[in-house]
Amino acid sequence: MSFQLVPDSGVPAYLQLVQQVRQAIRMGVLQVGDKLPTVKEVVTEVAVNPNTVLKAYRELEHEGLVEGRQGVGTFVSRRPSGPPPSTQARLARSLERWVETARREGLDDESIEALLRAILRAATPARSA
Amino acid sequence: MTRLGSLAPSPPSSAVETAGLGKRFGKLWALQDCSVRVPRGRVVALVGPNGAGKTTLLRMLAGLSRPTTGEARILGRRPEQSEEFLSTIGYLAQDVPLYRRMTARQHVEVGAGLNRRWEGEAAIARLEALRVPTDRPVSTLSGGQRAQVALGLALAKRPAVLLLDEPVAALDPLARREFLAALAGAVAEDEVSVVLSSHLVHDLERVCDFVILLSASRVQLCADIEEILDTHRFLVGPRRPAAEIERAMDAVSVTQTARQSRVLVRTDGPIADPSWQVSEVGLEDVILAYMGRDADGVEQQTVGLGATA
Repeated sequence: MSFQLVPDSGVPAYLQLVQQVRQAIRMGVLQVGDKLPTVKEVVTEVAVNPNTVLKAYRELEHEGLVEGRQGVGTFVSRRPSGPPPSTQARLARSLERWVETARREGLDDESIEALLRAILRAATPARSA
Repeated sequence: MTRLGSLAPSPPSSAVETAGLGKRFGKLWALQDCSVRVPRGRVVALVGPNGAGKTTLLRMLAGLSRPTTGEARILGRRPEQSEEFLSTIGYLAQDVPLYRRMTARQHVEVGAGLNRRWEGEAAIARLEALRVPTDRPVSTLSGGQRAQVALGLALAKRPAVLLLDEPVAALDPLARREFLAALAGAVAEDEVSVVLSSHLVHDLERVCDFVILLSASRVQLCADIEEILDTHRFLVGPRRPAAEIERAMDAVSVTQTARQSRVLVRTDGPIADPSWQVSEVGLEDVILAYMGRDADGVEQQTVGLGATA
């Protein structure tokens, strides 16, 4: 898998890495038993402090999703809860179609994100303040 | 901070330690009363406006310049121009000192004759992996490639501490990123401690985990970045007199508008007063606020860079 960090997103770099690994496991890009990139591989890809990567991997380990093996590397040990990759892929495809339609109707990315956030908020009464 | 210009034998856990370090050129103090301690294995951003004393500090740490007051230690040792000391540090001056007509490979060969420890083959391999031509005069390379050659040479001696003076200032954004990525890779691989200076903090924020802020020839801040972000907050609330704010809290900067006061505050716990709206800070916000302060006061009205340069 490869990482990408968005600067100035307000999300700390380590958390961005955590989220990307989680998502990669959910989508089946990483499977149980797969090895995560080494710290050195990650830092030379995204120019980040090695401790940031260690912190991200520790967090994933704490969640039980990965397992560090001394001197060997860090491996995926479990999938996060949620539907299997096939369901994820199906949902991703239908969202892609929706985004295509939205763009055709003239929505830009910012409007799409705003719309999605608004709908998520409206649809989760448990979280609305 | 200690005002005494002497250090007890430093535990080897410190990569860099200074006490009361100062340097005067004629009547002008380029650096005053600088006391910092940096643990090993850190990547330190040495930031501050131009003329704040960054180069002066790095040159003293590298043993190239003698302190007027106080002292410095690198891994517990006093900087000096001895082969033994110099073998433990890598120093890269601001102007990327390379011989224009020589190739990267020739530089590596020269280095082999000058250094005790020298991993020339690894240096060449690393440059080739970055697709930097190693058989062309360095004068024909791009600025980013020359910087990579210089970094490669500095790393080839396997220094325990690497001192870099404005290494990315002259580079375009992509080359800057590639340089910092290579540097981070070296840190991950060799556990080298790094101090790199810059007048911009934005680029360095992700690669560094420690900050030393110099402003007006003095240390304004020296701390772990995560700790800095944990202990500073922005407060916005109905306008109140600056003096009242400063009595109530450890304000770093206070900005007043017609109706509101905006405060960058240093705090260890939650803000009790509910009339303040509290938000998290970015490293750049904190740096700018401390930079704007005068020698011992709170910065007021404007969060600006110019006043202390």
